[in-house]
Amino acid sequence: MAPDPGDLAIIGAGPAGMSAALEAAGLGLSVTVIDEQPAPGGQVFRAVEAAAADPALTGEYAKEGAALARRFRAMPGLDYRPSTTLWHTDLETGTLSLRGPDGGATLRAQRILLATGAQERPVPIPGWTLPGVMSAGAAQILLKQAGAVPKGRTVLAGQGPLLWLLAVQLFRAGAPPALLLETSARGALGGAMRAGGLWNGRAMLAKGGLMMLEARRAGMKVVRGTRGLRAEGDGALRGVSWEGGSTECATLLLHEGVIPSTHIARAMGLDHHWDAAQLCWRPALDEWGASSHDRVAVAGDGGGIGGWQAAAQTGALAALDTAHRLGRIGAAERDRRAAGHRHLLASALALRPFLDRLYAPAPDVLAPRDDTTVVCRCEEITAGQVRQAARLGATGPNQAKAYLRAGMGPCQGRMCGTTVAALIAETRGLSMEEAGALRPRAPYKPITVGELAEL
Amino acid sequence: MFAQRPEIRPATVEVLVAGQPVRVPEGATAAAAVLLAGLPAIRDTPVTGSPRLPYCMMGICFDCLAEIDGVANRQSCTVAVHPGMRIEPQRGARLAFREENAAHGA
Ligand code: FES
Repeated sequence: MAPDPGDLAIIGAGPAGMSAALEAAGLGLSVTVIDEQPAPGGQVFRAVEAAAADPALTGEYAKEGAALARRFRAMPGLDYRPSTTLWHTDLETGTLSLRGPDGGATLRAQRILLATGAQERPVPIPGWTLPGVMSAGAAQILLKQAGAVPKGRTVLAGQGPLLWLLAVQLFRAGAPPALLLETSARGALGGAMRAGGLWNGRAMLAKGGLMMLEARRAGMKVVRGTRGLRAEGDGALRGVSWEGGSTECATLLLHEGVIPSTHIARAMGLDHHWDAAQLCWRPALDEWGASSHDRVAVAGDGGGIGGWQAAAQTGALAALDTAHRLGRIGAAERDRRAAGHRHLLASALALRPFLDRLYAPAPDVLAPRDDTTVVCRCEEITAGQVRQAARLGATGPNQAKAYLRAGMGPCQGRMCGTTVAALIAETRGLSMEEAGALRPRAPYKPITVGELAEL
Repeated sequence: MFAQRPEIRPATVEVLVAGQPVRVPEGATAAAAVLLAGLPAIRDTPVTGSPRLPYCMMGICFDCLAEIDGVANRQSCTVAVHPGMRIEPQRGARLAFREENAAHGA
């Protein structure tokens, strides 16, 4: 059994987790940071210490990202545990079960902060399980982690700022994508402009515009309003087709934005609600990131998509509130210290309503129209099978498990959970809230019997 | 298939992917080594035996399951390479998971 509990255990060493750790340790709290990756940065600043000098990865990554990782590394007294997976939590006692490079371990903490970040929204199209099809984020991670770029003709498909950023990065790395199949609805821009925030978010907007310009100058063709995407091939990707066109490619990179990574939060039983603007589940949080369980807070994109600048601020706010709850600072001091963070948070979020409207995924990203589309990659269950289960009586993703094995494979529904719920909601005429979120169980990641015995 | 940029990130760590030596940069994961080795698949699905390669590279999809240094069911996109690491494609993932699941009642 672990000795005396520490003050704060942070799950994730991305911008939210690192900022929270710095703020909390700066206030004298004992802090442990658990992260699955071998080095700090999270997904957005993945491998930033090793890759900041890569000329393909300039900008925020090389500057702000590297600086944050440096401060994190330099902070004295932090118990930082890289390459470590959290697989179970006992919320009653605050006991975390971990698997690290040296085997299993347990840890106790008075307060737990989930800074688990975002994952890419699954893009279930026919053929997306073929080798050669990956998420756009995966290609970006390969660039950051190994300096690697796709070989041969590359096509990007979907929408969102990350696709344009990736296009520019691949171009700078000597592997420009040939084509972007953009899925944004025609007329989305007009609707998005009415969402406002353009003036306050103008710096971010300008950066986005420059990126688009650079990608176009590099020769990337763009097809707008793409519908009916299919990855074509037999055993390996051969090309991509859409309504009105097709082309050969060696690599197809899909992206429809990011959603909060809520797997652990849902397994812990925290309250969640369906965010109709961002079309994803997010945990119910107060203005400090405190969840429905009084031991647990959530910060960063795991609590709702806001990007890394917002994540850094929500991480700091959750740390301040932790210090307050543990009696280290009074409410007045907490609020005083929070003011600057709240100001930065507001400006980081200014452009969000515009982006959410502009890049709202089409309905068939959530619930694929083509019944042959595999939605559960692990158990190879199709959209048609889920619709059939819904007609037979499955009223939500948790019930669908009894009819199919969707959500019971190794990924435990991380990929298919929302798609299954959306298909059931559509078939039965329910809201997403009524269909409900998949409730995963521990272990959050499969572990071996041997690892269990080690504890 | 992926290509390296050795002038930017020198490939200094030699690993064995399906028995073939491949050199990759320090900090790369086993999944990256698989993609750089040009393997057509890292695993076969238990249901239809269809080939898969890593899809998300961030620990979400589990399509990168591989046998690493003799241990099956490793999520290769979360495992950093070390010199001499042996990375083998994995078959029959489902059985292994079923046994595990049964073992702790999940
Ligand atoms: S590639 Fe998706 S979990 Fe490893």
